[in-house]
Amino acid sequence: MAIKETMTINVGPQHPSTHGVLQLILELDGETVVKAVPHVGFLHRGVEKLAEYRSYHKALPLTDRLDYLAPMSNNLGYVLAVEKLLGITDALPQRAKVIRVMLAEITRIKSHLVWLATHALDIGAMTVFLYCFREREMIMDLYEKVSGARMTSNYFRVGGLSLDLPAGFEQDVKAFIDAMPGHIDTYEGLLTGNAIWQRRTKGIGHISAAAAIDIGLTGPALRCSGVDWDLRRDNPYSGYEEYDFKVITREGGDTFDRYTARLDEMRESCKIIQQCLDRLEAGPVLADVPWVCLPPKKDVLTSIEALIHQFKIVTEGFKPEPGEIYQGIEAPKGELGYYLISDGSANPYRMKIRPPSFVNLQALPQMIEGALLADVIATIGTLDIVLGEIDR
Amino acid sequence: MPEMLSLSNDPILFIAVMLAKVLTVFIVVILIVAYATYAERKIIGHMQTRLGPTMTGPLGLLQPIADGLKLFFKEDIIPSQASKVAFVLAPMMILVPAFITVAVIPFGRDIVVGGYTVPLQIADLNVGALYIVAMAGLGVYGIILAGWASNNKYSLIGGVRAAAQVISYELAAGLSIVAVFMLAETLSLRGIVAAQSGSILNWYVFSQPLAFCLFFITSIAEINRTPFDLPEAETELVSGFCTEYSSMKYALFFMAEYANMVVIAALISTLFLGGPAGPFPGAINLLLKIFAFMFLFIWMRATFPRVRYDQLMFMGWKVFLPLALLNIVITGVVVIL
Repeated sequence: MAIKETMTINVGPQHPSTHGVLQLILELDGETVVKAVPHVGFLHRGVEKLAEYRSYHKALPLTDRLDYLAPMSNNLGYVLAVEKLLGITDALPQRAKVIRVMLAEITRIKSHLVWLATHALDIGAMTVFLYCFREREMIMDLYEKVSGARMTSNYFRVGGLSLDLPAGFEQDVKAFIDAMPGHIDTYEGLLTGNAIWQRRTKGIGHISAAAAIDIGLTGPALRCSGVDWDLRRDNPYSGYEEYDFKVITREGGDTFDRYTARLDEMRESCKIIQQCLDRLEAGPVLADVPWVCLPPKKDVLTSIEALIHQFKIVTEGFKPEPGEIYQGIEAPKGELGYYLISDGSANPYRMKIRPPSFVNLQALPQMIEGALLADVIATIGTLDIVLGEIDR
Repeated sequence: MPEMLSLSNDPILFIAVMLAKVLTVFIVVILIVAYATYAERKIIGHMQTRLGPTMTGPLGLLQPIADGLKLFFKEDIIPSQASKVAFVLAPMMILVPAFITVAVIPFGRDIVVGGYTVPLQIADLNVGALYIVAMAGLGVYGIILAGWASNNKYSLIGGVRAAAQVISYELAAGLSIVAVFMLAETLSLRGIVAAQSGSILNWYVFSQPLAFCLFFITSIAEINRTPFDLPEAETELVSGFCTEYSSMKYALFFMAEYANMVVIAALISTLFLGGPAGPFPGAINLLLKIFAFMFLFIWMRATFPRVRYDQLMFMGWKVFLPLALLNIVITGVVVIL
């Protein structure tokens, strides 16, 4: 009688391919995974609790640091949630809404670039990694131009934007979206037709539509299992209903499908950004709601009322009516939701974040059980998780 | 041609010439190994929109020396739970076979020294090709030993992968070059080079294209280069079999990897591309061919993803082995006819 012995192997939190500090306890039979248990919590900073001790404006920078690969999407979700809580969603100027959509889509490309870079590197295609980071650098420059920071943007404000776009920004965005489809073709040239890439991704990390819905998968991972669900279209926010874009879906539910779908999403994002550029009209970027939005700096220096408003908002913040709301957005990785409870004070009573990565990670054990060790790495890559928002 | 220099007709001259040859070859290989690391970083760097090393010396040319010095002065850690003898032995076991393989590679036409003919080859073994295959097989013991002795699960998986890989590939590699021996009717590398002399069309790459392709691919698998770098698959196994190694022991693994690249490039050049034949003086032709192959290896590393363990075994057993056998049959039929 053969004695079967399994080996328990600890992958992470210090491992090159766990995309941060994810720990996986794998039980291996040879190289086949018998059981996989993900452990999270190594990057816990208590963002939700910290927000309870800050006024609504001051909690905004905390959200940059959730999914640090897509900071503007996090900001967008949060400001939309606060605006909904305040009931000022309709007061937003058109220009602010268009710029928000534009930057959210640029952020989607940015996030997908890092996903492709690390996913390809995990499977051994080193060059794609550097190509993607070259293009990401262009987005970093765009970020720096609008917000002054390359990663922690903190650019959106409750009621609009902190500043208008800098001069010449439209041309930079135009240059970027003109160049991007060609770059995506370059990545495809290196990977899509490659026999090794196909063998490493086709049929790997499969998840069915029913299982995906049971777990609560969202984003590209859900759409590639054949479920046509995208909050931008099905529950629009920030004026997404006015844009013309395709929701990319696939039927196979494997790693290769998720790869091609995300590349197509990047192409769609370029189209949305083009539409944003076409719609961009001069106008204010901050809503005219004096008890929430800071007055223009010029007025603060010349008018006493504006100075008092500024002082009140900065020192005290604004106080929404007691109540609770949920606002979900289609972040690059899936549905990012903010659940806010107000008790009538200037600080949120509770801020619950629904991070897409945290929910998507639950699918990992059932996607990799029975697969090989190398597939585990490919599957972590295809789920596109970021520990910053899993652990919060 | 004068008489061949041997131990019997002029022992002192023979030993002196032999030492000179050994020293030359050793130094050349060491230099290639050192600067292959530099070339790899530079070439891959430029392929990936980077520059590679630029700061150490002019154009970063002193980088290999700086790396060597750094590794030399690093603390040499032997894990407390490791099997010490095997742990120390493993890096040597992997480096020595890589270097001694070079002994049978002919690197030029015969020259005349002191009235005797001297072949530009350290040792002309009558089973030269077999010796190379044997040494290549020996090198993998170092990897398995390193993986086992480290007492680390990642290393162990790396070592086991290396063992599985070498079994799957050595057979196909060995069988693919049998066709070359059938055409050359000798196992001596000197003889194989002689059989390809004359015209460029006599090179076996033209008469044995299938064998060439098979041997090229299986060789990459044998020296654990991308896309077959499974034993040290960095993103899966941290660093595979050499995870626990540091300091000079790690440097030895590193050198062995590049030495193996040089050996395989030299071997393919000898078996399929006429060895030192070409428009320049013999050794330069061989070096050019070696560099061309090394560039190809580096290029592949910048381009391909890594194959999976079971896919590699599948290719070795179910694709390459039957193809190699088929090639032998076809060659046999052609030779008899």
